[in-house]
Amino acid sequence: MTSWLPFWPASASAYADRVDLLVWAFSALIIVLAAPVIIGMVWFAAKYHRGSPADRSDAPTRGFWIEADWTVVPFLLAMIFFVWAAHLYYIVRTPPDGAMEVAVVAKQWMWKFQHPGGQREINELHVPTGQPVKLTMTSQDVIHSLFLPELRLKMDVLPDRYTSIWFQADRPGTYALRCTQFCGTDHALMGGRFIVQEPRDYEAWLQASAVDGTLAQEGERLFRRLGCSGCHGMNSAVHAPDLAGIYGTQQPLADGRFVLADDRYIRDSILMPKRQVVAGYEPIMPSFAGKVSEEEILRLIAYVKSLPREGSKQP
Amino acid sequence: MTVYAPPADTPNADTASARPRTYIEAGYTLRSWLLTTDHKRIAILYMVSITGFFFLGALGAAAVRLELLTPKLDLLSADGYNRAFTLHGVVMVWFFLIPSIPTVFGNFLIPLMIGARDLAFPRLNLLSWYIYVLGGLFTAYVLVAGGVETGWTLYTPLSTKYAPGHTVMAAAAIFVVGFSSILTGLNFIVTIHTLRAPGMTWFRLPIFVWSHYATSVILVLATPVLAMALILLALERALGIGVFDPDLGGDPLLWQHLFWFYSHPAVYIMILPSMGVVTELVTTFSRKRVFGYEFVAFASIAIAIIGFLVWGHHMFVAGQSMYASMVFSFLSFLVAAPSAVKVYNWTATLYKGQLDLRAPLLYAMGFIGLFVFGGLTGLILASLALDVHAHGTAFVVAHFHYIMVGGAVSAYLGALHCWWPKMTGRLYSEFWGRISALLIFFGFNITFFPQYILGWLGMPRRYHSYPPEFQSWEVLSSAGAVMLGVGYLLPLVYLLWSLFYGPRAPANPWGATGLEWRVPSPPPKHNFDEIPVVTWKAYDYPPAREEQG
Repeated sequence: MTSWLPFWPASASAYADRVDLLVWAFSALIIVLAAPVIIGMVWFAAKYHRGSPADRSDAPTRGFWIEADWTVVPFLLAMIFFVWAAHLYYIVRTPPDGAMEVAVVAKQWMWKFQHPGGQREINELHVPTGQPVKLTMTSQDVIHSLFLPELRLKMDVLPDRYTSIWFQADRPGTYALRCTQFCGTDHALMGGRFIVQEPRDYEAWLQASAVDGTLAQEGERLFRRLGCSGCHGMNSAVHAPDLAGIYGTQQPLADGRFVLADDRYIRDSILMPKRQVVAGYEPIMPSFAGKVSEEEILRLIAYVKSLPREGSKQP
Repeated sequence: MTVYAPPADTPNADTASARPRTYIEAGYTLRSWLLTTDHKRIAILYMVSITGFFFLGALGAAAVRLELLTPKLDLLSADGYNRAFTLHGVVMVWFFLIPSIPTVFGNFLIPLMIGARDLAFPRLNLLSWYIYVLGGLFTAYVLVAGGVETGWTLYTPLSTKYAPGHTVMAAAAIFVVGFSSILTGLNFIVTIHTLRAPGMTWFRLPIFVWSHYATSVILVLATPVLAMALILLALERALGIGVFDPDLGGDPLLWQHLFWFYSHPAVYIMILPSMGVVTELVTTFSRKRVFGYEFVAFASIAIAIIGFLVWGHHMFVAGQSMYASMVFSFLSFLVAAPSAVKVYNWTATLYKGQLDLRAPLLYAMGFIGLFVFGGLTGLILASLALDVHAHGTAFVVAHFHYIMVGGAVSAYLGALHCWWPKMTGRLYSEFWGRISALLIFFGFNITFFPQYILGWLGMPRRYHSYPPEFQSWEVLSSAGAVMLGVGYLLPLVYLLWSLFYGPRAPANPWGATGLEWRVPSPPPKHNFDEIPVVTWKAYDYPPAREEQG
């Protein structure tokens, strides 16, 4: 739809096309609103320049209704675009269930990705077409921003927080991947390739990439190595919450509040375990701050997420 | 050059025989300037120092545009480039755009326009200038000591933990210069409230004064938030107090909230005085009362108030809640309404006027064109899904340069040309004035329009190297910057020339109606021999007068 324009960026998804359509409509709105001003200025400059014989009688200096009109009409027109743009934003901020999750860790000045199957890559992101993909992102140092121009998408990547973005790319190809939040010396070089492949090509790429196990399996190994299983395991004598099936549920806290057990909560529980203690348990867990990297935390989260709901003992 | 005689019915104090001593003749020593409490002399002090900072900031821009001529990093180092754009941003925003029109033209004109002998607090006014200079010295130190590479927004934790430059000193410079703003704003508010001449009611004030009133409210209310945020930033960096540091339980996004709570209204600090200037220029050079005076006056206040509620539109992709973003987007659309009022009313003012297409009107019309375009592309950025794509790219750079450079700098130059005869007593060359206005308009568009396209193509801002396919647009932009640079240098030459060789200016060279045009050019030290009694409406041009009766 947009290829006839030499300076128009390629698009890799249906969502991007919808954004482009909005931009074209918005451009028309800009012309509609600006034209009276530009034409008016040029016309009046030509007609009413000093010394011209134009008729200047009854020049108005006020007019309540005309002013009310040109306040309200542009505003109402703009409101249509506000709702339109907000609707698209709602879509892009609401990932569908069952999206394939890719973990993203940013650092000065590289992007690290890890697929659900455990495949890791740096400054390159492979995804299959036709499949919703959700990126869960965090930063090791400063704020970065992941920008996928051909998807018309970007999201900041913050230290100590998880932000996410989702998309469904439809058109195979190799596209840009950039950082748009100024992040220090080599900000300009913090980019890479975003590679959209047909599902079978993506499958082949997954097979060809060496892995030590899925993200969750790596997390499980880590869970044992760090000694988490000593307390949280099924047969443990220590009174620690069972983690099976907690992901995505509301957890009662000792202070009476409830908290949603999401990525953020699990991360906080690892790094700052005394901040939100689950009701019925003693605050005995030590902090793992400084002992685990951002990537390891993401693996631990993947492991907790993978634990089935069945057989969980409620406290 | 034609010099128009003042209209016969305008009181004209400029009688050559009994000319009172002008404010310039009140003393020629350096001491008499550096210890002056005359608002007009302080305005000149500001004008000289602000011009210096403008060209310092322009050096940063020149370095950036030169580096971007080629896709690779070849002129500067990576940090050198980052320091160049940080210098450009810090100096232009805090040392030029924010203070320029209020401290130069607000200082010079507000007392004259409202029929007062000076500002309410003349010594405080002088102190504001010294504080500005002190802030400037801090900036100069940062520059000499090696610079700072955080960008003018100083985002944490980059600025607190990861950027090696002189961030604390840069923050101190901004902190100090902020106090200058607060004092100036306070002085204007008190002056406008208490020192209006008899008969100068609120609805007889020139729009210029209304817009400075609105600006002063923002200066006084928003600047302390920035000051507080800068203290936290400096403490965080020096002592690691952990307000912004996630490792210590702080929140890096808190900085963005505090910063934009000031810095978004700051955009209106730059643009409201510009709107005031443009209103004066449009009405003066079409010899017609401002269309819808009341709407235009109240629009200033509306912009100032709503301007406090839109800061979150800088953070649509920063991780704030989706619904917060929707509210901020809506409020940002809301601010467009009073801005539209201004633009349409200016255009309507030209209708059936007597348009005198001199340099000041050309600058004003250039402002209107660029502001309309900058403002409407601002709506693109206020639209959530579109901002997600355009945020952090050259599109944003283009947008705010249309407002802040195409708008505020054009208005500054328009004001400079309009009131130059009043300030200096000399007329400038109309020919060169028009040439510079046209050069700036076209140079500006060639520089910044390509950046809209670059941004939509996916070129992020603050990149020292970029994919080669963007090069043609970057080269075009740099070529425009050369033209723009010539346009900015020209007034420096012919205005200085006019100081010595320009024809003497009469009291009212443009046949305008404001009180400032009823005193001699340049004005005497105490402005008015007798405080005038105002019995006429603002912009009492002949056709308007008929409907009054």
